[in-house]
Amino acid sequence: MEHTRRAAEKAQRADIRTRWLLSAPALVVIALASVGPLLIVLVYSFLSPGPYGDVIWKPSLEGWFNVFFSRDIFDDTVSFADAHLSILWRSIKLAIGTTFLTFVFGFPTAYFIASRSPRSRAIWLFLITIPFWTNLLIRAFAIQEVIRNEGIINSLLMSAGLITQPIQMMFTDFAIMVGMTYVHLPLMVLPLYASMEKLDFRLVEAGYDLYATRLAVLRRIIIPQVRPGIIAGSILVFIPSLGSYVIPRVLGGGRNLMVGNLIELQFGQGRNWPLGAALSITLVFIVLVALAFYVRNVGKSGGSHG
Amino acid sequence: MAERFDIKRQVGFSTVAMICFFLLYLPIATLVVYAFNAGTSIAIWEGFSLRWFRQAWNNQQVIDASLRSLQIASAAAIIATILATMAAIATTRTARYRGLSLKYSFINLPLMIPEIVCAVALLILFSRIKIWTGYSGLGYLIIAHTAFCIPFAYLPIRARLESMDLALERAAADLYATPLQAFRRVSLPLLWPGIIAGLMLAFVISLDNVVITEFVKSGGQDTLPTYMLGQLRRVVTPEMNAISTVFLLLSLGIVTIFFFISRHKN
Repeated sequence: MEHTRRAAEKAQRADIRTRWLLSAPALVVIALASVGPLLIVLVYSFLSPGPYGDVIWKPSLEGWFNVFFSRDIFDDTVSFADAHLSILWRSIKLAIGTTFLTFVFGFPTAYFIASRSPRSRAIWLFLITIPFWTNLLIRAFAIQEVIRNEGIINSLLMSAGLITQPIQMMFTDFAIMVGMTYVHLPLMVLPLYASMEKLDFRLVEAGYDLYATRLAVLRRIIIPQVRPGIIAGSILVFIPSLGSYVIPRVLGGGRNLMVGNLIELQFGQGRNWPLGAALSITLVFIVLVALAFYVRNVGKSGGSHG
Repeated sequence: MAERFDIKRQVGFSTVAMICFFLLYLPIATLVVYAFNAGTSIAIWEGFSLRWFRQAWNNQQVIDASLRSLQIASAAAIIATILATMAAIATTRTARYRGLSLKYSFINLPLMIPEIVCAVALLILFSRIKIWTGYSGLGYLIIAHTAFCIPFAYLPIRARLESMDLALERAAADLYATPLQAFRRVSLPLLWPGIIAGLMLAFVISLDNVVITEFVKSGGQDTLPTYMLGQLRRVVTPEMNAISTVFLLLSLGIVTIFFFISRHKN
């Protein structure tokens, strides 16, 4: 008996070792080219900027200081770094706005798909995901063609005589929000759909039997049941929206920056790598907070969405 | 009440859904239509023509960038799929062991890191390595793409593995198959659809990448997306539409095949 048990234990240990060996290459590549470099960014945020970009290996808190404060070059007085903080705040506002818009459009759409027959659901889902698999840049470019001053919307409105001057939509926060909503909509619809698919319509029926209105059924029965999907979708949209780089660059023009573009600026023209690194870590931190919120609210109840 | 009361109906939801689908496809449709415009405008229709496709085809920069994109995407997708398959086999159908859930989260971590942060991180790392080694080839782009493709390749393969019956491999082992034989003759054929799905997802994801490529590439290493990003700053002609249309069809073709494979699976 003792002998067989020990043999089994040995086999199990060998099995675990094989499993580590098998997964090692994937883990190493991710560590080298995705997660590991983050640690370098963290280190860089505590160094001094070099004269032509890069860093000097001298510890400094200047990078972090510059995220939040700015020092007057003449009298050294310290004030809040309005430029950085306002871009950070704007990014958060735009990301929240995008999340809200994708929800407003995504919720009815997900519900519509979930209430189709099982056969046609797959087709509708496929139609939602197709744009998602087309190049991000192409989609940004496509949006640009629609909302440009010479784009379809303005041409239509002008030929209908409703306006005489084109409405300026490109290079505004509105354009960024439209673009991000367009691009991230599937990320809201898919987890919502995953929850709604499991929706127990007997409860809905019970609600109607008890003379609930459609709105009451939606508010009191449907929404509470799909709450995990709502949270998952919101997080999935919020995170990439906050870190957007291509959409604000293409649709926002030079002036309407988001934090992603601000980070790029520090590594490019700004030549302040420590500040760029500190801003990057700030962005990662906000993402982690959002993820922690997700895990607290959905993760524990065993929801597996997204 | 003449009409049957439909408990699933919510007022206005279908309308919003239809508007949603319409708005999703409107920009893409416009883009494709104007690729066939005879004029130089991307807003005024002047008749049907294939001139912009011809022009794109004769544009050496476009051809180079496209070939480079395909080269990187193929290499990254193949490597990522092999690594993801190994990792998926290592992390499924097993009793919990120490470090298992850590592996899960670690493999999915590239999905959580904001792309721009990953891009600047790789810029810092690779610019150092480029100076040390003097090597500035496509290797950097391939390894960067491989890293963020792994989670995409991993997901369908893992899903496939989890739905596979362990008894078949046990049966093979009972019939004196070595583990390698059992894998090659039993597991692998069953796993194929998952692997192909993973490979295609990884390929499309790599092909579409803009941000990380833009930061990691050395001079003269434009892929199609980064080439387009550079062009969008200038006056845009329907040539961009033509390039986008071809690109769109490529992604669409791959995703459609993927759709049918994963449907077949169920």
